[in-house]
Amino acid sequence: MHISIRNLRKAFGPVVANNDISVDFAAGQIHGILGENGAGKSTLMKILAGMYSADRGDIAIDGRIVLLGAPKRALQVGIGMVGQDPLDIPVFTILENISAGIRLAGQIPVAESFDHWNSVLGFELDPRAHIGHITVGQRQQVEIIRLLITGSQLFILDEPTTGITAAQIDALFVALRTIANAGKTVLFVTHKLDEVATLCDTVSVLRGGILVGEQAQMPVPREQILQAMFGERNALIATQSGQHHPNGTVWKLTDVFMHDAQIAFGPITTTIAAGQIVGLAGLEGSGQTLFLRHLAGMQLPHSGSIVFADTPLRAPRYDNVFLPADRLHEGIIPSMNLVEHVQLLHRHLLATGQTSREKAIQLIADYNIKATPDMPLQLLSGGNQQRAMLALIPDTARVILLEHPTRGLDAYSAEAIWQRLQERCARGATVVFFSADLEEVIRYSDAVLVFFGGSVSRVLDCDALSEQALARLIGGVGFAEVAQ
Amino acid sequence: MDKLILDIAALIAMSTPLLLATLGILIGERAGVINLSVDGSLLLAGMVGFGVAFTTQSVIYGFFAAALVGATVALLIGYLGITLRLSQTAVGFVFALLCTDLSSFLGNPYVQQSGPAVPAWAIPILTDIPLLGPILFRHDVVIYAGLVLIPLIAWFLERSRPGLIVRGVGERPEALYARGIDVVRVRYAAVIVGGALIGLAGAAYTLDLKQGWTYRHMAGTGWIALAIVIFGAWKSYRIAFGCYLYAALQTVASRMQVNDWEIPTQVLQVSPFVVMIVVLAVVNSLSTPTVQAWLQTVPAPVRRLFTYVTSPAPASLGKPFDPAG
Repeated sequence: MHISIRNLRKAFGPVVANNDISVDFAAGQIHGILGENGAGKSTLMKILAGMYSADRGDIAIDGRIVLLGAPKRALQVGIGMVGQDPLDIPVFTILENISAGIRLAGQIPVAESFDHWNSVLGFELDPRAHIGHITVGQRQQVEIIRLLITGSQLFILDEPTTGITAAQIDALFVALRTIANAGKTVLFVTHKLDEVATLCDTVSVLRGGILVGEQAQMPVPREQILQAMFGERNALIATQSGQHHPNGTVWKLTDVFMHDAQIAFGPITTTIAAGQIVGLAGLEGSGQTLFLRHLAGMQLPHSGSIVFADTPLRAPRYDNVFLPADRLHEGIIPSMNLVEHVQLLHRHLLATGQTSREKAIQLIADYNIKATPDMPLQLLSGGNQQRAMLALIPDTARVILLEHPTRGLDAYSAEAIWQRLQERCARGATVVFFSADLEEVIRYSDAVLVFFGGSVSRVLDCDALSEQALARLIGGVGFAEVAQ
Repeated sequence: MDKLILDIAALIAMSTPLLLATLGILIGERAGVINLSVDGSLLLAGMVGFGVAFTTQSVIYGFFAAALVGATVALLIGYLGITLRLSQTAVGFVFALLCTDLSSFLGNPYVQQSGPAVPAWAIPILTDIPLLGPILFRHDVVIYAGLVLIPLIAWFLERSRPGLIVRGVGERPEALYARGIDVVRVRYAAVIVGGALIGLAGAAYTLDLKQGWTYRHMAGTGWIALAIVIFGAWKSYRIAFGCYLYAALQTVASRMQVNDWEIPTQVLQVSPFVVMIVVLAVVNSLSTPTVQAWLQTVPAPVRRLFTYVTSPAPASLGKPFDPAG
């Protein structure tokens, strides 16, 4: 299926998500669509899949203009989409998930064709397994088979590699190549350069809602793609591992035991120095979140004492700020705008709306947030939400605690977040964060705490650690020597 | 023995209107729409059904009119809840009150009148089967219909493809929309068919079980029906079991009243309600984190039993669906 997009435009209120986009996707190829968070990739794909209607512009399939605007019509002309979080029904079995939907002309019985595709693509799915009990990677596989059975000719995959294992990524890539070789078209949306380099035949780059340059045949030099993705700002991306000097003590933990439903560990006796960036490293679920929540005073230790700034920590404090990984549920109030968030932070009850608005406009400029002061934060892209959360941390904050500070963000957004954090640190704040990305931990931390098997290491100096050494510690190799 | 058989047969007969109402609620809720107006719908449909049958001297017209009333109320609730996306709880509650009062107001001419009723009809041949004959096959058409609907609706929801789509719409409408399904149309269809069934249940009271009309004739039944659907965990057979259990409790309570016990009659009258509340509380508490954590410590067969009892509500029950977002 050859698809042509001409002069497509889509705006949400004042924000133009796609502006005058014209591009062609040839049949039998895998097309990479690159762009940073909020560049308009998802919007464009949702228009193709019929989830959104375009404000202007045409979409033609093999030269004939089609009217989309509803998923049903997109499916009927052969366009199918696998979302980042697959749109499936958790309580249904795999087969039920595939059967629930419109039946198209010429569709073959579901059970047989499922077995066929399952073996052709090398997936190992059990058709009777419930969707709620399988991994995100497997759910994607189910969605791909579903689209094959419904006869899709154009496959859209929106950031499919987030949250799936390396083996599943390999299986996915093989499957997509098989599908493309069968003459179908694959659109692969991502913000990861390497994936485009290994998988795709062509690359198109979106930035700020417009298509940058032309679609190019791979391979394209890395620098050229980065230039297209980030424009002038590309120059800003430079490693800067600021060294901060410890300046007194913020936390003093004495014989602390902590536990929740999943994990229990202790005793921990340690001090964390002020004015530093401290990384928590460990496999996910080794207790880093629990540790952060204790440092924030959101949870109290089972036994032992935590002293924060010379006073026992018994409840969350104004100058001790925790930024959770789940931005939309715990971090911000999705339906409120930036002005209202600023107002919430005011310590004076009679703060005027005007002051808050000025402050919000200032924050938008300072933190490069792509939003108007009156936009509900739920409409912002992930990177902008994260920047907004950082912007809202009061200057009086002594410590900032973060879970996965840059998860799901592209390289530029991540770098911008870290610049802000380093500025805060230079002004005397202490930053404690945990991330699954070891490179991030090594690159930005002054000191590291390693979590393994229900215990915590001593405070390790980051200069003395390589990424490989840290990876071994996380896996438990040599952990005994650094344990408390 | 003969007495027991008669009791069981009576139990089936007296449960039928409640059963029809619960199955009607089930169909709508499986598609994600709560029709909270049941208590009022039952009364209004029952009153209209009796009125039409009384005027035309035709039971069939009566049932037809009752189904129409139930479907119309459901259509209005659908319009407000599905299309305008208002709170289904609020809308349903208002309709429950409105329909109750409307039935008292409009039903005035029919109070204490004697009208036509569904004739008894023993099914030939089947009626002679020992044991099963007297229990199942010496009733009337309405009761047979109720008995047939239990497996029929179970099959439709759990085994057929349209039923799969109805359940999907109640679980995750966005996913069904992405699969090309017209979620709004499915929800309307489910709530209207369910409403018609609730209407038939109303007529089953006034033209069959309780024969006749009076103010607030079977008020309260609708709320019980809504509770039984939760008790039955949105599954046809378990809902039917809930209906029979409730009827049995009522029978036991009224028998105990006759015996010379020193329990005030009011206690016995409300006891089925109390039992329902306790059962509901127990069933629902099983899905709380504390109980779930406790379940991890018990042997596997016990855990499986508890998991079976606690099947959760349709995930999108009562939640409006907006294709645009």
